Amino acid sequence: MKKLINSPETVVTDALAGMAAAHPSLSVDLDGKIITRAGGPVPGKVGLVSGGGSGHEPLHGGYVGYGMLDAACPGEVFTSPVPDQVLAATRAANGGAGVLHIVKNYTGDVLNFRMAAELADDEDIEVESVVVNDDVAVRDSLYTAGRRGVGATVFVEKIAGALAERGAPLAEVAAVAAEVNERSRSFGVALTSCTVPAAGKPTFDLAEQEIELGIGIHGEPGRTRGPLQPARDIVATVMDAIHADLPLAGELLVMVNGMGGTPLIELYGAFSEVSRYVGDHGARIGRNLVGNYITSLEMQGFSVTVCQLTETLRDLWDAPVDTPGLRWGR
Amino acid sequence: MDAEFFRAWIAEIAAIVEDQRDHLTQLDAAIGDADHGTNLSRGFTAVQAALAQAETPTPGAVLRLVGTTLISTVGGASGPLYGTAFRRAAKALGDEPEADLNALAQALAAGLAGVVKLGAASEGEKTMVDALAPAVTALTKAAADGAARADALDAMADAAVAGARATTEMEALKGRASYLGPRSVGHEDPGAASSALMLCALRDVAARRAP
Repeated sequence: MKKLINSPETVVTDALAGMAAAHPSLSVDLDGKIITRAGGPVPGKVGLVSGGGSGHEPLHGGYVGYGMLDAACPGEVFTSPVPDQVLAATRAANGGAGVLHIVKNYTGDVLNFRMAAELADDEDIEVESVVVNDDVAVRDSLYTAGRRGVGATVFVEKIAGALAERGAPLAEVAAVAAEVNERSRSFGVALTSCTVPAAGKPTFDLAEQEIELGIGIHGEPGRTRGPLQPARDIVATVMDAIHADLPLAGELLVMVNGMGGTPLIELYGAFSEVSRYVGDHGARIGRNLVGNYITSLEMQGFSVTVCQLTETLRDLWDAPVDTPGLRWGR
Repeated sequence: MDAEFFRAWIAEIAAIVEDQRDHLTQLDAAIGDADHGTNLSRGFTAVQAALAQAETPTPGAVLRLVGTTLISTVGGASGPLYGTAFRRAAKALGDEPEADLNALAQALAAGLAGVVKLGAASEGEKTMVDALAPAVTALTKAAADGAARADALDAMADAAVAGARATTEMEALKGRASYLGPRSVGHEDPGAASSALMLCALRDVAARRAP
């Protein structure tokens, strides 16, 4: 697998240096590995912190900026950040009105963020946490580590970020974040695995005519393997899984997300199928995203995230945002 | 077993983790995200650097530094889990300059309890607990029976290895492997494998020294 890197050991820091150079709106601490808004925390505004393994760009560092995150902490590739990083990000995001931790539901993320929240509490920084767990491929039960946090993370960061930017208090920002999570569902499909730089080879093997169904974002195998089919049929499988869990109704925010290695021409084709499916089920797509928003290195594949909108949520989605990964209204 | 013994144990872990790094990564690729070997290697490299620079006059001090360093460098679930295990073991050892078999057994039991509390895993869920729990049971029993150090640590290490191997046929109920459901069967759990390696390292270091 050819990679455009200097070495596996420096992939993350090289990327962070590049982000710092490309985006003057960001302040990047290369040693501490945290990304913050260049202007610092906004006094009186709830600060938003998220983070997780690297390899999902633009998530999370690319979402630091007006209307979205105040700080992001990137771990090693596909590895949760350590409590020290999360604590540093929490301090950096603290404008005196409390901090919201947006935590994707993975054992590592949950444990490291929890440890950091306890340390922040010791420093009298008020922290609320919202766990994102929108993946329908995993049954949330006693028999699993719970549903993974995937595409809805982007929706949560944007919508909660908008409410925080309006000066809402911590409890309300946390509540809207939780609401977006509750109203969102996702399902992903891989056409190839991906290669973690330090591992040097693909995490799993897929034959030419095979796809992996019910994937997460860390390159791990999915729930089941299936045959490669036309996009229409793969989309039907994806949408059936989502619809079975949360029936499509009313106005929807829909994201067709590329896992990193699937070209836009294919993502748009998939979105066409998604649109048709939604219409056939009597719902309508009010807002959408098509592109790479939460990726797994160079994996070929896509995920669909559907959020049932309300007027309030749509209004917050439309609010101005200015980050490397999402920008409108400014 | 004094501080120097414990430092030798940790150095042996660092060497084994480096040696087995690809194997651990491979286990983690089958049912996870292929970063376990890399993460532990990074963690124990940092641990060795920290131990080289700090004064650790007691076994407790050694393990405490190991725990806090792992938490600060490993990330993922392994960082908090292993970090907590070493910190809890350190707490149990207190300030004593030496640890006998019973103290060691209690320390490992405390470490295990920390892991269970933080990760909420029980035996049989295909995690590091499946290597640690039988090992602690074996060591505690051997110590209570008055076994010689070499025999007690052999029993502990053998139980850990057997426990890790037994995870192969389990379906994962915790951690990333649980997302795979039934597909996790047939693969040894990487966390159980690395726990077994750490306890084998303890047995091996002791075997090379007169008790």
